Amino acid sequence: MKVTLRVWRQPGPDATGEMVSYEVEDATPEMSFLEVLDTLNERLILTGDEPVAFDHDCREGICGACGVVINGQAHGPERTTACQLHMRSFADGDVIDVEPWRAAAFPVVKDLVVDRSAFDRIIGAGGYITAPTGSAPDAHATPVPKPAAETAFEHAECIGCGACVAACPNGSAMLFTAAKVVHLGALPQGAPERESRVLDMIGRMDDEGFGGCTNTGECAVACPKGIPLQAISSLNREFLRAARKSA
Amino acid sequence: MGRPLLTVTVMALTTKSASKPASDKRTSGKRTSGKPAPEPTRPKRYPPSLPALLWRSTVGKKTVLAVTGLIMVGYLVAHLVGNIKIFFGAEEFNSYGHWLRTLGGPVLHYEWALWMIRVVLVAAVVLHGVTAYQLSRRDIAARPVAYVHKRRRASYATRTMRWGGVILGLFVVWHILDLTTLTVNENARTGHPYENTVATFSTWYGNTIYITAMLALGLHLRHGFWSAVQTLGAASPARERALRVVTDTSALVLTGGFISIPVAVMTGVVN
Repeated sequence: MKVTLRVWRQPGPDATGEMVSYEVEDATPEMSFLEVLDTLNERLILTGDEPVAFDHDCREGICGACGVVINGQAHGPERTTACQLHMRSFADGDVIDVEPWRAAAFPVVKDLVVDRSAFDRIIGAGGYITAPTGSAPDAHATPVPKPAAETAFEHAECIGCGACVAACPNGSAMLFTAAKVVHLGALPQGAPERESRVLDMIGRMDDEGFGGCTNTGECAVACPKGIPLQAISSLNREFLRAARKSA
Repeated sequence: MGRPLLTVTVMALTTKSASKPASDKRTSGKRTSGKPAPEPTRPKRYPPSLPALLWRSTVGKKTVLAVTGLIMVGYLVAHLVGNIKIFFGAEEFNSYGHWLRTLGGPVLHYEWALWMIRVVLVAAVVLHGVTAYQLSRRDIAARPVAYVHKRRRASYATRTMRWGGVILGLFVVWHILDLTTLTVNENARTGHPYENTVATFSTWYGNTIYITAMLALGLHLRHGFWSAVQTLGAASPARERALRVVTDTSALVLTGGFISIPVAVMTGVVN
């Protein structure tokens, strides 16, 4: 199948960028979207042009490294990561727009690569437990009720890809922050730092220049891991509880 | 002896140069060329007081937005219940208007209760507007470069919250000048709310302004009420369905209820 890719090309962080059209004629329906970019890059290298820079690592949808906005949707039309999106989701002759995540807190490094270290700093502000836990504990050494374990696991699925920020009209990181706060808050290990965690993580999130939540729900629709929108309500509840207790 | 001193000076210089311009760069959407992002400036008092904590945080400001919004929704319900009395004739409606002024008596002086309500409402409107404005500014700044491929995001009610809110704010000003101070209402007489209301809805512009604003109100509530509950952390998967029903019902009842009055005047049911 033949597709036309219109890709955002930007040589560096401070350079001006533009959309550049490329035709890829040898794409096949079973190719992943990133393989089409690889195919394009091979050709660009052979002709002496600069290949398109994009982030990727595991290519099996579990690491969160890849992520581009395809036709205005974070990770494209399927609810998965860009690496697990296949060309069968497109038709022969399609024109596909490929853009980087757009957010003040995610500055463009080059082409489709953005700097997502703001996420690392949010986690660094409290998205962990400080108790030394040693090696993996014995099963049931710390009893965790089944519903709590389910909640924790559901929210621990976040891979930090940043699709929520890219999809949100306000470039908000609420769903990402909520996933970690709800994950750790559901477990007994997370209880001692329950208040400081949510206050520090939200403080850092605001400092990084992410927007606020207007409950549009775009984040949860874009999330490849299905973090529910309700997580944000839980985050708000945790914040208000912590604010009451610590102020 | 010289070396440690030098190290200290260099460190002091690096911290100074790394801390300031980086934050400006980040907000303008550019990358901080390899330098680590600055540590957040800690508030002077830690932990800060509850109002300071709420006002500094986006989540806290949203809380103020939600609570003031719910106060106004509560007022609108009472306002509608009162307005419906217009269907029972001039005497009942006008005596209700008089009762509002004597509310709380004989402990409270004439109109004191009404003024207390007005103070709370003005505070709610101002805080709602200020927080909405500040949060919107921040939200717009957080997406400095728009996507080339445009796609419609969120529902119509969600997308019109900002301009819908501005329309409602302007309406409130007109509504007070029209039926409270009677400044812009020709043929209006103090103490005759029934006759004044009929006078307003006997003009084409009175009906147009009012009905347009009430439709904007319905849209604003359709997203706003649900969103407020979500912001206050009271939403849960089990309550989601009920919450949607309450939101849609209250938006419909309030809009329909308020619009019924100009329609009644236009059709001659109330005259």
